[in-house]
Amino acid sequence: MEKKHYERPHIVRLDAGMPSKAGIRSEQLPTTHIDGIAVTELIEKYGSPLFVLSEKTIRSVYQKAYKAFSTRYPKVQFAWSYKTNYLSAVCNIFHQEGSWAEVVSGFEYEKAIGNGVDPKKIIFNGPAKTWDELVLATENSSLIHIDHLDELYMLIEVAETTSQKPRVAIRVNMDTGIYPMWDRFGFNYENGQAWDALNKIMHSGKLELMGLHTHIGTFIMSANAYAVAASKLAELARSLQQKFNHQLKYIDLGGGFASKNTLKGSYLPGSDTNPSFNEYAEAISSALINSHFTPGELPLLILETGRALIDEAGYILSTVIANKRMSTGRRATIIDAGVSLLFTSFWYQHQVSVAQGTSQYREDTSLYGPLCMNIDCIRESINLPLLNVNDHVVIHQTGAYNLTQWMQFIHLRPNVVLIDEKGEVHIVREKEKLSDVNGPELLPEHLAKIN
Amino acid sequence: MKINHNLAVSESGFLFNPGSGESFTVNPIGAEIIAMLRSGKSRAEIIDSITQLYQVDRNSFEKDLQDFNGILKTYNLLEKDE
Repeated sequence: MEKKHYERPHIVRLDAGMPSKAGIRSEQLPTTHIDGIAVTELIEKYGSPLFVLSEKTIRSVYQKAYKAFSTRYPKVQFAWSYKTNYLSAVCNIFHQEGSWAEVVSGFEYEKAIGNGVDPKKIIFNGPAKTWDELVLATENSSLIHIDHLDELYMLIEVAETTSQKPRVAIRVNMDTGIYPMWDRFGFNYENGQAWDALNKIMHSGKLELMGLHTHIGTFIMSANAYAVAASKLAELARSLQQKFNHQLKYIDLGGGFASKNTLKGSYLPGSDTNPSFNEYAEAISSALINSHFTPGELPLLILETGRALIDEAGYILSTVIANKRMSTGRRATIIDAGVSLLFTSFWYQHQVSVAQGTSQYREDTSLYGPLCMNIDCIRESINLPLLNVNDHVVIHQTGAYNLTQWMQFIHLRPNVVLIDEKGEVHIVREKEKLSDVNGPELLPEHLAKIN
Repeated sequence: MKINHNLAVSESGFLFNPGSGESFTVNPIGAEIIAMLRSGKSRAEIIDSITQLYQVDRNSFEKDLQDFNGILKTYNLLEKDE
């Protein structure tokens, strides 16, 4: 007689607590395949945990975003935010789609050059550019976004030593009605710092003022904040035109669009509540078109959104290591992917689904990673099916920031694979070896032997 | 591992503890184990029975049974001397 399918015994107390109008969120559907490739097959071949990126999703999300803006505004340019995900394979997909590069350090600048980006299409942001980096960016005619007065004065000095005139914009911070207001980057609009900086640039005659830039914050849930920002930059542009008869080439609204992830503490899922590309595009385009610019004078609109373009394309595949009970009887499950790979679990309630079929039974579970650290918690509370050791889970929307902010901590970092549009799987970053960690270390001679 | 004899258990896996007023749901295997406990079967007999009927090895089931026993105890569903 063939034996019956086994599911571990399960009992749950029925609690009649306060009813929620949104109901209890439960991850019901398994994710057995990603872009047609079986999750089990990917793990067997490339190991667990495993980062998976979908080229098809990257391209389709980009095209959706581009369409949202280009159907509303005549001149639109995206610049891929390297810090969001600077795996070269990812960057080059965006560059193939037409994105420029937006970098915030000398390291990222070199990476963009290495990827073959035309230096004129590199936007150099960030608060910490060195003399040498400014010289290089100037000679390459890259777009330098000035963050503070010290950088502005240094760049004027740089301009005296270079054959090219630096092509610049200033970064402007402002009150757009959101909290917290980001005033750390750039010059303030309301108190006149930004106007002072623009005057300095124009009077110096040493810099070519190309545009205005702002980065109002991150994960901005209100599209209207961008409309406020666009209007304020348009006002500055008008003042420049009136005073100096200078017409700007572009207005750069930075990044900060929310992805479809769900922030911790949210009542409803991000997929239902976060603004769409259409909403952001409508707010920004309307503000610029309704400003003083005549149709022929409309500046190029640059967007540096990163998170909203790449989050959806990233997955982490992971395997159950153990099930245990906490002192209260609460279910805890340990998987082999922790916060060292999934930095964003500190602020998102990442969707986690199982990779195999299950019964209808669910249990409220705390999902922990493999680190011997108390903070290593992927989800404090999630309704999951009855998982067994060696079962696989899929963590969704992990494409933004995790592959740049991850760290080698306790465990070596795993393979990263890209599934291309034809369904071929490519390793785009190999898993680490002990020699990758030990390689840069130097051992003083007296410590070479321990006995 | 003796289950509280006052419990009311339905065939569909609904369990009621009249002592505390609490209700529970159990999955089919959980219900089977509770039925075996109520009929006085020993731990070893339960392990034999389940591993013969289901696709599970002895070690894995022992582990799961221990976990199940723990949660029954947490919910005060076992006799006090357990």
